[in-house]
Amino acid sequence: MTVATQAALRIDNLTVRFGGLVALDAVSLWVDPGEVVGVIGPNGAGKTTLFNVACGFVRPTTGSLEVRGTPQRRLRPHQLARLGIARTLQGLGLFPHITCLENVMVGADRHARAGFTTALLGLPRSDRDEAALRERSMAMLQELGVAEIAGRLPASLPYPLQKRVALARALVAEPEILLLDEPASGLSAAEMDDLAELIRGLRGRMAVMLVEHHMDLVMSVCDRIVVLDFGKVIATGTPAEVRADERVLAAYLGDEVDATDESMSEAPDA
Amino acid sequence: MATLALPRRGPFASTIVRHLTVAVVGGLVLLLLTSSVNAYRDFQIANVGYYVVAVAGLTVLTGLNGQISLGHGALMMVGAYTAALILDRDNPPPLVVVLVLCVVVTAVVGAIVGAAAARLRGPYLAGATLAFAVGLPGLTSHYAGTFGGDNGLSVFTSPPPASLGVDFPSERWQAWITLAAALVTLVLLANLASSRVGRSFRAVRDDEVSAELAGIHVARTQVLAFVVSAACAGLAGGLLAVVSGQATPGAFSVALSLAILAGAVLGGLGSLAGAVYGAVALVALPAISSNASERFDFGTDVKSNMPLLVYGALLVIVMLVAPQGLQGGVRRLAGLLRGRSPAQPARNESVTEVSVTEPEG
Repeated sequence: MTVATQAALRIDNLTVRFGGLVALDAVSLWVDPGEVVGVIGPNGAGKTTLFNVACGFVRPTTGSLEVRGTPQRRLRPHQLARLGIARTLQGLGLFPHITCLENVMVGADRHARAGFTTALLGLPRSDRDEAALRERSMAMLQELGVAEIAGRLPASLPYPLQKRVALARALVAEPEILLLDEPASGLSAAEMDDLAELIRGLRGRMAVMLVEHHMDLVMSVCDRIVVLDFGKVIATGTPAEVRADERVLAAYLGDEVDATDESMSEAPDA
Repeated sequence: MATLALPRRGPFASTIVRHLTVAVVGGLVLLLLTSSVNAYRDFQIANVGYYVVAVAGLTVLTGLNGQISLGHGALMMVGAYTAALILDRDNPPPLVVVLVLCVVVTAVVGAIVGAAAARLRGPYLAGATLAFAVGLPGLTSHYAGTFGGDNGLSVFTSPPPASLGVDFPSERWQAWITLAAALVTLVLLANLASSRVGRSFRAVRDDEVSAELAGIHVARTQVLAFVVSAACAGLAGGLLAVVSGQATPGAFSVALSLAILAGAVLGGLGSLAGAVYGAVALVALPAISSNASERFDFGTDVKSNMPLLVYGALLVIVMLVAPQGLQGGVRRLAGLLRGRSPAQPARNESVTEVSVTEPEG
């Protein structure tokens, strides 16, 4: 396999220790621009920790993280948007007291230019900015087929629709790198097909890294799969290669696949 | 909300035009009102004016950004003493300049308090700001030479301009000053609340992790909200000093901080219209309760505690009947009258969206 020199996201020799527990042990992986990479592994393998490092929620004990060739030593979550990284959360993390449209508009904030004084004085520039954000966000909701719920509060919607709003909030930023944390959990088979379609549509537009339990989805949408077990990368390759790998079969695919039981303690918002 | 149900086309598509129109209409109504009542009522209206400024500032902080402050009385004190010290000179600058300086000085103090506050949450933040409210008045006796100790400072204000006539009541002039300040404050806060800045306040209030992932610097946003809120408190304090003609530590006790918070909660947290109701209640309730205790001839013990009793009772009733405050109740009523089921969040949620920013349609 050729290693691109300018990966969208590159993680090198990453180790994370929580006290005596080694959550990630010398993990290296990369995601090329426009590529969809799946991270799989049994519960507790370190998938979510890996995501949290990529987001700046967790500082690695050793190892490095590069975004489009630039090392990120002190990455903080609020810098992600500027770096062109968007992430969805397992727990969705929608803003409960503002409408779905406004939720998406928060995600689109990266495109806004009007500053505090403009906003305070209500200058036309601020209005134009708002109209542009609104339009962009509305278009995103439309693209995901949920335009009609724009004015509703998230809590009033069924879970799959909430998930779409969360996805819209991440996509509307037009990130170069999209991190999807269990995008399929809680979805029906038909909704999962829609999701697979959508992720395949993102290929070529942005780099996507996803953590997922549903093997069908992972196998059908990913260009490349990285398998973690006990914090170590035990295999990496195309879906076909990974499916045939004996270490993977032993560690993971031989077991019962549990679709929903990712350890909550790993979630950043737990 | 109702006041903004103006068409979103033509000139009213512009935020500033929409908000200014409401303010001008409100200003004209207030002009008529203040000109048709007696001097005592004008004095009360002047008090409502600065309470509106303070309560509106706090409702942005607590309702929109989710930070509680029990220290706004002390921030008002900063504004009041700033006004007193500047006006106590041979050639004081015009009142507008004085009030702007009150805003600036208090905003700076607010930035310092806000930077500390951004590290604290919930009861810890309440405790820290409460300590600020308790501690600050003590400084006046420690530096009695500058701040005049317990007696405070006198505030010299200029009489109404001669062009208004010799008989023009100074209470009415003061009412005009505080109401003008209140209208300007409300317009600016409404602009802010309906902009991306207001949205980032609410995003941080609702979910800090998600807000950060969307590129919002959470701590910086919290400090900004605190500064905006403190600036309002500073203006309110300066106005209070002008209206009462003095700045004394006793006027800025913890009770004032609690009263402002009570006003914001009564009106409906996060609602600027609610801030107006809350401010009216803050002036009207003590007056009503002292009238009542006089009529029923309660003893002085009862009489002096009546306002507190009425506050408490009213807060309990409002929380039971309209947990989103008076403005929330008004909105629900309007929804019922229009025959729509109002899009109310669940009952147990303590925060509301600001009424002026509800999207159309």
